[in-house]
Amino acid sequence: MSFAGHYSYFVTILLLMVGLFIVIARSSLIKKLVGLGLFQTAVYLLYIAPGKLIGGVAPIIGDAFEVYSNPLPHVLILTAIVVGVATLALGLALVVRIKEAYGSIEEEEILALDADDELRTRNRS
Amino acid sequence: MGAAAIGIARQRNLFGVVLLSGIYSFLMATVLVVLDAVDVAMTEAAVGAGISTVLLLGAIHLAGGTESRPIHKPWLPLFVVVVTGGMLVYGTLGLPAFSDPQAPIHQHVAPSYLKEGPVRTGVPNVVTAVLASYRGFDTLGETTVVFTAGIGVIALLRRRKPRHKYPARADGDGGEGAK
Repeated sequence: MSFAGHYSYFVTILLLMVGLFIVIARSSLIKKLVGLGLFQTAVYLLYIAPGKLIGGVAPIIGDAFEVYSNPLPHVLILTAIVVGVATLALGLALVVRIKEAYGSIEEEEILALDADDELRTRNRS
Repeated sequence: MGAAAIGIARQRNLFGVVLLSGIYSFLMATVLVVLDAVDVAMTEAAVGAGISTVLLLGAIHLAGGTESRPIHKPWLPLFVVVVTGGMLVYGTLGLPAFSDPQAPIHQHVAPSYLKEGPVRTGVPNVVTAVLASYRGFDTLGETTVVFTAGIGVIALLRRRKPRHKYPARADGDGGEGAK
């Protein structure tokens, strides 16, 4: 095993770590969704990079070429991208609804509002 | 690309975050072209850098644009993330090196798709052949997912206050342009 041979994996893991960090540590819900997107693109890279062959070309068959990169990861990731943007749209719609209901998209403020609410109902009963 | 990603983590103005994520998506598309995944790169540039950016900008417009200063110290999440990354690095050490023709991914079914795909389907682009011909039902299911997400977005945003200046965005079905 050499560092150069595994370089693509290391880049992928770095991006994955940054995305995970944003999802865990940042409080804004929109930013969490951007982090989720970052994590997703890292997974794309994880799938696509092993399919590449140096000296190969894109998997469009022609007479002039012999070696092609592996087409199957490309197919899987095409599906993943489209599903990813559907998830993003749904998540953003939820964020907008949360903003209307709570007046905030910060996780901490929403949790504080929820705790307040619970305390008030308990005192009343 | 790493710089753009870390910039996204540090930037607290959400408009800046969205712009950086657009830049990041284009860089990712470039990397995908280099990795011979031209179809994926085109989809990523259109969907990741185009539609996602539009969706995020719309959401910022509706939900407000800055993030508050974090209350907690980031050390615990950082620790969790670094441990996860360390475990992943440990896991990749056993994987085949980049562009190794003997790797299992190039030995299994891929050669038969490359050889028979154009002959059986008449489409020279193997990615298209697999997506539309071999796995046509899968792609149909994917369209169903996008459709369901579009319905979900409309259902969530329909009950808006009528005095709002902008009508409900029917944006969830934007993903259909990708295919």
